[in-house]
Amino acid sequence: MIKISNLDKSFRQLKVLKGITISFDAGKVVSIIGPNAAGKTTLIKCLLGMVIPDQGTILFDDMNIRHNDSYRKQIGYMPQIGRYPDNMKVGQLFDMMKDIRNISPDDCIDEELIEAFRLRTIFNKAMRTLSGGTRQKVSAALAFLFCPRVLILDEPTAGLDPESAEMLKAKILSVRENRRLVLITSHVMSEVAELADSVLSLQEGRVIFYKPVTEILSETHEDRFSKAIVKLINQHQYVENS
Amino acid sequence: MLKIAKYAVYDIIRSKIILSYAIFLFIISISLFMLDEDASRSLISIMSVVLIVVPLISIIFSTIFLYNSYEFIELLVAQPVKRNHILLADYLGVTVSLIMAFLVGVAIPVTIYATGPTGLYLVIVGIVLTLIFTSLAFLGAVMTRDKAKGIGIALLLWFFFSVIYDGLLIGFLFLFNDYPLEKPLLFITMLNPIDLGRISVMMKMDISALMGYTGAVYRDFLGNGMGMAVTLLLLTFWAAIPLIIAVRIFRRKNL
Repeated sequence: MIKISNLDKSFRQLKVLKGITISFDAGKVVSIIGPNAAGKTTLIKCLLGMVIPDQGTILFDDMNIRHNDSYRKQIGYMPQIGRYPDNMKVGQLFDMMKDIRNISPDDCIDEELIEAFRLRTIFNKAMRTLSGGTRQKVSAALAFLFCPRVLILDEPTAGLDPESAEMLKAKILSVRENRRLVLITSHVMSEVAELADSVLSLQEGRVIFYKPVTEILSETHEDRFSKAIVKLINQHQYVENS
Repeated sequence: MLKIAKYAVYDIIRSKIILSYAIFLFIISISLFMLDEDASRSLISIMSVVLIVVPLISIIFSTIFLYNSYEFIELLVAQPVKRNHILLADYLGVTVSLIMAFLVGVAIPVTIYATGPTGLYLVIVGIVLTLIFTSLAFLGAVMTRDKAKGIGIALLLWFFFSVIYDGLLIGFLFLFNDYPLEKPLLFITMLNPIDLGRISVMMKMDISALMGYTGAVYRDFLGNGMGMAVTLLLLTFWAAIPLIIAVRIFRRKNL
């Protein structure tokens, strides 16, 4: 579904992505982990066309995403911190997003999260009056709204209360059943354990490993996921440095 | 693009700053008209206020708006929408809101107290200056991610065009006092949109007769069709070129 080859990106003197080559297939939840400044956000932004790589290509369904805007119809993005126009009402925001995409009655609309988070009750409130957690719920609902085939979620449960976090996790798992791809960046290992089929570990702009969760657990002989991850990272770093 | 612009206008027009801007201009215009029986004298005073306030508010408001909208613009870039459309829609949203506030604040009093070519020119100049200085604001804001730097650039640009430029001009006149300077002066003046606006309005007033030889030269040039066409062309360039450059920078910008 998504093929990334030899992706390079530098910001001024700092090389943030170094020759990244990976593929993502449909029907999976992939967790992208790594320390800060590992390149996780930059990688995601390259996929979304927000950052333009220095070298390398990204293919979406075998089409180059460079100079192409329409592939994003199939992507739902949830940023880490959502900021919206102050005076816009919540309901107006959803209308605007539908308007931009020229949604016709035949197009798929998924309002399950709007219902689950009970956002209709605040459709008349201005965005500037919302708390951070509520804005996150709006961001989440927007990401899933157009039944996208690919979901890119940046720290999705950060800032959500436990109940809403559970609802979002349930939604992510249900979407996976539908042959969709979900990419999640997260620092929370327990969440990664719950949701991920595969884990992509980045460090200093390089792929450290990209393995299914079952393989990670069996290779490291650990039953606690976070321990397994740490072990694997150390193993691969050792190999690199030697 | 027009769809996004529509929502941008809805959002911006409800801003307290836009409302205050309109009220401020309205109070000043009405007061100046009420204080003086001679409407054309009031027009000159209003023109002085407009030539300072409109560029200032346009450039500062637009700059702050763009920096505050940064994350939302990021979200829009992640949608299946062209980047140009996003930036231009915001430009439309900001300028339409600023112009509507200006019309309420100035055009209404002018229509009540001083209809005529001078008043009309004043309103046109106000609209055009709004377009130009918003365009400059957009250029500054896409060039630097740093909000403080961006606002600084905006303030500096305004200060340059409204104050420093004329100071330099007077210095230039002083230095070359011995030479006939009317043509070069005209040319240099036309390079500054604020001065261009000022001259266009004043040419419509009777006081231009008091400006002596310089006034005659200006009238000669600007009074006729070619002069007006050149003026219009220059003002259009001033509005369009910074915006075009801003869009090109934005197209390749890393967000």
